[in-house]
Amino acid sequence: MDTQQSEAAVPAQGAKAMNRRRFLQFGGATAAAAFVISSCSREDDGGGVSTEGINLGSGDTGVLNYAYALEQLEAAFYTQVMNTPFSGMTALESEFLRDIRDHEVAHREFFKTALGSAAIQDLPVNFGSVNFSSRDSVLQTARTFEDLGVAAYNGAGKLLTSADFLLLAGKIVSVEARHAATIRDLISNGSFADLNSLTALGAKPANGLDAALPPADVLAAASPFLRVRLNASNLPTS
Amino acid sequence: MNLQNIFTEIEKIDPEVYDRMDTRRRTMQRFAFAGKVLAAAAIPSALGAMFKKAYGQTSASIVNVLNFALTLEHLEAEFYTRGVAATNLIPAGPAVAALTLIRDHENAHVAFLRTAITAAGGTPVAKPNFDFSGGNGSGTGPFATAFSNYAVFLAVAQTFEDTGVRAYKGQAGNLMSNNDVLQAALQIHSVEARHAAHIRYMRRNAGTLGAGQIQPWITRNLTNIETGNAAANAAIQKSYNGEENTTQGGVNVSNLAGLGVDVNTEAFDEPLTMAQVLDIVDPFIV
Repeated sequence: MDTQQSEAAVPAQGAKAMNRRRFLQFGGATAAAAFVISSCSREDDGGGVSTEGINLGSGDTGVLNYAYALEQLEAAFYTQVMNTPFSGMTALESEFLRDIRDHEVAHREFFKTALGSAAIQDLPVNFGSVNFSSRDSVLQTARTFEDLGVAAYNGAGKLLTSADFLLLAGKIVSVEARHAATIRDLISNGSFADLNSLTALGAKPANGLDAALPPADVLAAASPFLRVRLNASNLPTS
Repeated sequence: MNLQNIFTEIEKIDPEVYDRMDTRRRTMQRFAFAGKVLAAAAIPSALGAMFKKAYGQTSASIVNVLNFALTLEHLEAEFYTRGVAATNLIPAGPAVAALTLIRDHENAHVAFLRTAITAAGGTPVAKPNFDFSGGNGSGTGPFATAFSNYAVFLAVAQTFEDTGVRAYKGQAGNLMSNNDVLQAALQIHSVEARHAAHIRYMRRNAGTLGAGQIQPWITRNLTNIETGNAAANAAIQKSYNGEENTTQGGVNVSNLAGLGVDVNTEAFDEPLTMAQVLDIVDPFIV
């Protein structure tokens, strides 16, 4: 059983602060990074809990925290899936789900390391609606998360101002799309790219375009799985 | 330094300066805010970055990227169109259904890109002549049996899809000045990744040409394809070189979370440059 405990953000210090500085410098415009950092510390360092929910922050840092939140959710879900596997899980299903868990944990830990003190806190999750002993319940929830993740990254690319961060998002979103296709094929072989089933998430089947959603829509869909509210009001909107 | 005066002067020469800057509509807001927190010395570099963004991606360069993408989509569309039409190649049932769906997506991408290029004031490139043997028109290249040997067909399909994912990824940064085009490119990019995952899954089930325990994701720079033909293997390997990268955003991820190098290379797909992609597809274009 995975327990994602809520805890206060760790203050900036030592290696974490170094990591964040290096990462943000990597993100290109040092000037833009300087103003992002300023805007975060001016508010609540992006990690504080307030009555308004957990503030993801603004600028590119806010977008990266948004991605970090989704990766936390996915990692926590698959960790529980593998800790309490549904009965009858085949060897192939176990192999694929274990790998997907590992990829999501890698994504989560990457964002946590890279964001350092700018990272939001660990998010407490709520999987009360999921029956982990049911293959159908687990795979349908997995499909929801993966398709939503693809839609989220596709919709967030244009919100980033750093080409380096855009490339990083691109490196991750195609892996999420591979997951989405795989989960869909486990549910029903051949449904890997059924764009007609994704129009509510912004897909355009006639043009062969996948899902894409703005953060507000993604977070509305994700919120039932979180015990805290995420405040995306400072994220860029275009 | 009076930023407003600088912009006023630029506006005299280029009345569209604000449109160029502000496809994101945050330029002046950003600068007004940045001016408060940036040291005066940092402002010139911030200004330079903004101009690069505004003027570095002209509509001509966007058209160039879209025509590059269109060339790849023509390649894929033609490949699946011929494959699905070939007799005694693809098994009836789920295989032909999946490959028909992929064919339809690639054709939709061709049509969409042609429209987008025209809308951007460009001229869509014509469909090239293809040689899917990879023989530059000889018809006797290392993949000469692509439309008669199902295992070879799937191996080429996997290579095209994984290459397509890497090609779009490599161009995202060149589309940042146009939000609509960037998002559409990302929406195609993830569809290609879904295709790649499914083709790899089909190869896992078929178990042919060295597929072994192939998974929908790419481990290090492994192709999971063994054709028995050195030239074919070498051509395919080009599409996977670089996938073994373990530095992400300046962070060494080779053993992130103690998960080891395989997991951490699977978790991040890597880009290819336009030149790398053109080198890979060159043998297939006459």
